[in-house]
Amino acid sequence: MKFITEYRDPKLAKAFLEEINKTVTRPWSIMEVCGGQTHSLVKHGILQLLPDEIRMIHGPGCPVCVTPISLIDKAVFLTLQQNVILCSFGDMLRVPGSKLSLLEAKAAGGDVRIVYSPLDALEIAAQNPEREVVFFAVGFETTAPANALSVIHAQMRQISNYSILCSHVLVPPAIEAIMEDDETKVDGFLAAGHVCTIMGTLEYYPLVERFQVPIVVTGFEPVDLLQGILMVIKQLEEGRVEVENQYARIVREEGNPAAQDTIFEVFEITDRLWRGMQVIPNSGYKIKEKYSAYDASRKFDISIPEAEENQACIAGEIMKGIKKPMDCPNFGKKCTPENPLGAPMVSSEGACAAYYHYANIGSTIE
Amino acid sequence: MCLAIPGKIKSIEMKYDGKVRMAKVAFGGIIKEASLEMLPQAKVGDYVLVHVGVAISIVNEEEAKKTFKYLEEMGEVDELDIHSMLPDKKEYSD
Ligand code: SF4
Repeated sequence: MKFITEYRDPKLAKAFLEEINKTVTRPWSIMEVCGGQTHSLVKHGILQLLPDEIRMIHGPGCPVCVTPISLIDKAVFLTLQQNVILCSFGDMLRVPGSKLSLLEAKAAGGDVRIVYSPLDALEIAAQNPEREVVFFAVGFETTAPANALSVIHAQMRQISNYSILCSHVLVPPAIEAIMEDDETKVDGFLAAGHVCTIMGTLEYYPLVERFQVPIVVTGFEPVDLLQGILMVIKQLEEGRVEVENQYARIVREEGNPAAQDTIFEVFEITDRLWRGMQVIPNSGYKIKEKYSAYDASRKFDISIPEAEENQACIAGEIMKGIKKPMDCPNFGKKCTPENPLGAPMVSSEGACAAYYHYANIGSTIE
Repeated sequence: MCLAIPGKIKSIEMKYDGKVRMAKVAFGGIIKEASLEMLPQAKVGDYVLVHVGVAISIVNEEEAKKTFKYLEEMGEVDELDIHSMLPDKKEYSD
């Protein structure tokens, strides 16, 4: 296990791993919901270090991967409107739409700019009053306060040429959809630490109760992940089902109340289509009526046909844990990070890209 | 894009007619602005987790330093460096 020496605390990692080995007696499937955790598990070769009994399923927790193709098309459409500056997080640029990605739209003359924060996009709007600035607002709960703040600031600063194209997704309804799907079999969940920094842990109690499944709020570093996995396994082996918090050094039970207030000032809960999955009830945020002037999908007339998903991509089955990236016939052949067929190959937090970049590292262990 | 990165608050100012509390936050050698509206209690010298321009949680110094070092080694702090994106420097090459 030479690889483990690269961990921030190799001794602790080794101790957790030994404890996992001692504890596990039967096969268990554990889903990490967050793409950042998928990335970390694969990059650090943790999947190969775990005992054979433990199968990790890489869930739908990458906002880049689950943003529907029709929304990429809408962003591309807006990009090619003469007066629009489209601002986006960098990860979204390569995601294939039904015809073009944002990067290709940029090459075709669209004004696409990568920003670090929606507040930077608002600043671009303030400095270009004659242009329309649209921010492509994707993300989980963690990103929602920043996106909501940009709308609140726009109103406060009377910047009327700013709007957001919003596709927010939420973690607890996704867990619910996965547990209701007959094809998937998940015995326990690692919940995403940073999402819980905002939302707290209370939303998970009803899920644990209803589905009798352990949920452990977990960080993203190797030692965090190993400890989170151990906590889930302990619960399963002892026949307990509880919400536990591995990431208590950051996550408080009530989350960040000011951030929650900001979210619900601007957004309300809505049904959302997840790329590769289906419409999940109450699984996203949309902009409230009173802020509709800042909603790009209401501000602009975006009448384009609804696109079909690329049939060659099996991302949905991967996110439900039915298949692994290597099971996809296109993996590494027709589909690579330079030329992705589906979204999980685009973002480093997507399961396919993570396997593509790091899968070889794993096999050099020992 | 989903990670929050720890940094130290260097200074605080009230912007937009005194309505918004913004901080200059140091991440290693990079200084960026972050909104403190989600952390009304944060003060100069505190370490905060910043996600896409908004501080979301106060963390202790030791934890902040360890996490930052880890993220730096992972190449995860690169996203901070797209200040080249800001309006005065428009061009970004992939
Ligand atoms: S390898 Fe490509 S085509 Fe196959 S599931 Fe992953 S993203 Fe889709």
